[in-house]
Amino acid sequence: MSGYLLSRTWQAAVVVAVMSLLVFFGIFAIGDPVAMFVNPQADQAEIARTTAALGLDRPVWEQYGSFVAKALHGDLGRSFVHGTSAIGLILERLPATLELALAAMGISVLLGIPLGLWAGLAPGSVAGRCIMGGSILGFSLPTFWVGLMLIMVFAVQLHWLPASGRGPVTDVWGLPLSIVSIEGLRHLVLPALNLALFKLSLIVRLTRAGTREALTQDYVRFARAKGLPGRRIVFVHVLKNVLVPIVTVVGMEFGALLAFSVVTESIFAWPGMGKLLIDSIIQLDRPVVVAYLLLVVLMVVVINLLADLAYSLLDPRVRLSGASA
Amino acid sequence: MSPAWSRFAVAYRESTVALCAAVVLLLIVIASLAAPWIAPQNPYDMAQLELLDARLPPGSASAGGHATYWLGTDAQGRDMLSAILYGLRTSVTVGLSATLIAVAIGIAVGLVSGYAGGRLDALLMRVADIQLSFPAVLVALILIALLGQGTGKVIAALVAAQWAYYARTLRGVVLVERQREYIAAARVLALPLRSILLRHLLPNCMPALIVVGALQVASAIALEATLSFLGVGLPVTEPSLGLLIANGFSYMLSGKYWISFFPGLALLVTIMSINLVADQLRDMLNPRLRVD
Repeated sequence: MSGYLLSRTWQAAVVVAVMSLLVFFGIFAIGDPVAMFVNPQADQAEIARTTAALGLDRPVWEQYGSFVAKALHGDLGRSFVHGTSAIGLILERLPATLELALAAMGISVLLGIPLGLWAGLAPGSVAGRCIMGGSILGFSLPTFWVGLMLIMVFAVQLHWLPASGRGPVTDVWGLPLSIVSIEGLRHLVLPALNLALFKLSLIVRLTRAGTREALTQDYVRFARAKGLPGRRIVFVHVLKNVLVPIVTVVGMEFGALLAFSVVTESIFAWPGMGKLLIDSIIQLDRPVVVAYLLLVVLMVVVINLLADLAYSLLDPRVRLSGASA
Repeated sequence: MSPAWSRFAVAYRESTVALCAAVVLLLIVIASLAAPWIAPQNPYDMAQLELLDARLPPGSASAGGHATYWLGTDAQGRDMLSAILYGLRTSVTVGLSATLIAVAIGIAVGLVSGYAGGRLDALLMRVADIQLSFPAVLVALILIALLGQGTGKVIAALVAAQWAYYARTLRGVVLVERQREYIAAARVLALPLRSILLRHLLPNCMPALIVVGALQVASAIALEATLSFLGVGLPVTEPSLGLLIANGFSYMLSGKYWISFFPGLALLVTIMSINLVADQLRDMLNPRLRVD
């Protein structure tokens, strides 16, 4: 087990290192941020001064070296546009994104598992077919299109829910959250639902497939033969075994939720870090883009690592095959 | 038609939904190819636009009374039907070119990886796995942030986000196929490696590749639309459906739904029909379900 842990951690570290190289040099190769900060009539001296002030006059290797040294101290440079620390800008926005992603994950699990069980227990019924049809829609509709439709129906036509922003935030142990106030919750519903839709479909399909498979297993037939009540068979015997793959998928897909929140945040003007990334790409704000990409890559790698480990703890068969690889 | 094709057609027609989807898809492809000839106006020729006609609801007549805007107009007085036809053309072209390049890379990596095995295989598949462990939209955004914006760069981002699916799929099939007798026979005959790979192995891997390809075209189009909607995709001079939707977004809040809604509908119908066709192909080509 420790060998497996070590090799997975090592692999994760290599991925993060390669990403930092790629992102840094890639960003270095494009655009000229100096051009954005000096006025077009500026003379050579002023351009040189700005370049030096931004540290862009040194060789690339030196810039990368000091970038890594600083990055390890949690300093990823200053935003060209905002003039403040890039990592600070992102961390400031992180709670909003995490809140959105967690709310979306909550919705997909709390709705997805019961719906998947229902569809798995009654595959031929009208409800079962509707649930599966809906999950196909959830898979193929682009997130941003669903977001637009949600705004059009619930905000513009029905005036039930607000279309944008985060609403009032309340400090909970130093974290600004929307979810604790009614008004904040009303702002959260549409973006969270929008972000949840894809994962919801995934969990519905996984649960349905797992349920159908479990129903044919000997232990379920034995439980039936013993005369156990149907409810106990479904919620104890079937559900327990269905949950193993779902736990892993929930873990793995959390990274995807963070990435897709870029789209949802842009539509609903949710003040998270995804919106910041898009603005920074367009404004060529190099340090913020680098800091965002590195932070999200790091989060995805760590989440995947944890999900892998959780899976190997839940299912011993995986641990054995993983250790030999 | 050759017997193989007519058998294929008969099997495909079994599902009415899939048949309808195929017809719709065919119409979409024809409409997007023929856009310059069938669109009521050239939406990017400024001389043909009339600002007086800006933001008219669907079905309005133009100020001069010479035309009807069936799907309304946008903020510049552009006929939405024409804009959608041109946008469809851009979306389909970009989606298809990205898929073709990704398939080519996937074929090369998958064939080499599956047939050669060993350390090269381990390395290539590790790279593919790492890439697949990142969400596609994140991979595309990283590439866009690295390369900057532009049509070629968007295609590169889509290819980067998708090649690994093809490589993985093809390698899986190659691992099975290389155990078959016809490959052993080809080897015994000392055929050149290139001909074993391309003329014997590849054709037998095609069904799996077609199924994955059909599904991935839809997600390539959706991903491109997403990037364009976010403003980091195709340039304004070649607006795809995603950009049209983004342009209309601000008007949606004031109730002028059509500027965003109809391009969105076009995107939706395109993606849904590709998915339905791909599903039917998967059911037909899946060896586990096939009864010969």
